[in-house]
Amino acid sequence: MLNVIDKRLLKEVADLHAIPQGAFNIRKNGQGIQRHSTANIEIVTKADKPGLDVLIKPGTRGESVHIPVLLSEGMEDLVYNTFEIGAGSDVFIVAGCGIHNPGGQKAQHEGIHEFFVREGARMKYVEKHHGEGDGKGERVFNPRTVIEVEANAVAELEMIQLKGVDRTRRDTLVRLHKNARLIVTERLLTHLDQEARSDITVDFVGEDSTAQVISRSVAQDRSRQLFHLNLRGHARCRGHIQCDSILMGQAQVSSIPEISAFHPDANLIHEAAIGKIAAEQLIKLMSMGQTEQEAEETILKGFLK
Amino acid sequence: MLELRNLSVTLDNGKEPVEILRDVSLSLKENKIYVMTGPNGGGKSSIAKAIMGIYPASKGQILLDGEDITALEIHERARLGIGYAFQQPPRFKGIQVRDFLTLAGGPDARVNPCNLLIDVGLCAQDYLEREMDASFSGGELKRVEIASILARRLKVAVFDEPEAGIDLWSFQKLTETFRDLHQRQETTLVIISHQERILRLADEVILVSGGRIADITSHEKILGDIRRIDSDCLCRQGCNREGRADAECHR
Repeated sequence: MLNVIDKRLLKEVADLHAIPQGAFNIRKNGQGIQRHSTANIEIVTKADKPGLDVLIKPGTRGESVHIPVLLSEGMEDLVYNTFEIGAGSDVFIVAGCGIHNPGGQKAQHEGIHEFFVREGARMKYVEKHHGEGDGKGERVFNPRTVIEVEANAVAELEMIQLKGVDRTRRDTLVRLHKNARLIVTERLLTHLDQEARSDITVDFVGEDSTAQVISRSVAQDRSRQLFHLNLRGHARCRGHIQCDSILMGQAQVSSIPEISAFHPDANLIHEAAIGKIAAEQLIKLMSMGQTEQEAEETILKGFLK
Repeated sequence: MLELRNLSVTLDNGKEPVEILRDVSLSLKENKIYVMTGPNGGGKSSIAKAIMGIYPASKGQILLDGEDITALEIHERARLGIGYAFQQPPRFKGIQVRDFLTLAGGPDARVNPCNLLIDVGLCAQDYLEREMDASFSGGELKRVEIASILARRLKVAVFDEPEAGIDLWSFQKLTETFRDLHQRQETTLVIISHQERILRLADEVILVSGGRIADITSHEKILGDIRRIDSDCLCRQGCNREGRADAECHR
């Protein structure tokens, strides 16, 4: 059964106000508590390890899959999910995780997700992490996402983590085949003494594959962030990384750009910027009637939208 | 309505304090158009920033409707009805034009961002959803900046070189917009400009040079004088304590 806290977490991580339409699986403290498959999307429990196989039939269009995970104090959850997205389908997948930790013990979620986006398919994947609770117990997320994007397929990833998570290590590995396309939007906000690390590696193995990775982060207080975004061109391809971070308080951010071309027609760009909020931006918004604090909030909200 | 009394502004450039405005006194009346002109580096933008509260006064006073606002912060002056369109407006990653203009209108305003964009010659359909990031050209950004000033009902609106970066076709529209703003909202306009067509809008032209008010005159006179006074003379004129042109400056 879902309690009030569960419902709030579901709203935060998966924008769910009620039980979703379409296929879904709700996992709480290591156990599946509610599940629904549809005619086109089958959710099956793995036999050999904890986790799910999500099987989407070829040609499935306009359907969604929600697989939120809820975790409480003292729980350490490791889950392996595999998504088979059939050729020519067009689906929306939400895989948020919310931790409510009011006590002194650590709560940790390790989600290992593997996607096969088959030929001509299109997938939008949203992964949102949310942590809350007044206790001193750590809230930890370590997601690993591996994606194979087949010929003419599109994978769009939106990865969001705003406050509430003490430590995170995010690993994303993508292989792009012929004419495949990847769009990644990462939003991260850390504060207090939180730590976050994000590694994104994209291998362009097929001709005319393209990728656009936009990572925006805000580091406040004494928090620390590290980004390592790596594009590797093995074929004629185009890739663009844009990694921007706003630094506040005593926070620290490291952004490590890496682009490697193993083919003469690989076209790869990396842009990275770290800096404070520009004084001109604050002054402009203040000249429109906002206080300095309101102006700061407006800038951060827009930046992380 | 807006009065600057013996206003001085001193900024620290990291090495030593530099006085960028000296004893500036100016009285702006309600519902008038003032154009501020003069040589580069003469202090026009500094006066505008002092009015908005971006540069703090080191001496003197600023009064709005008789109330001393010298100590007020930028947002407090904005809420009293002072607006400033930047010469080089900043970009905002992630903020859409629609949201920016709605913010500019303030909490009580009923602005229609579409109409504001039309007022500055931009197609609402193309721009409302666009983020104000590096994809914006300088001219586009400038027009959105001007629209942000039109969004609020202001007592005093200061435009810092509004024509800079704006194409010829839009420039005509801009002059119409200024006339309309002045008539419709009864806003006092202070426009920093070097353009003859903007100068011709002025009820009075304020000549600024050397961190001082060198002269307050008509556009007819300034346009006549401009052929006879070169910028070196304007500089000397600004440095002159009396604020009068030296005879040798006239050719």
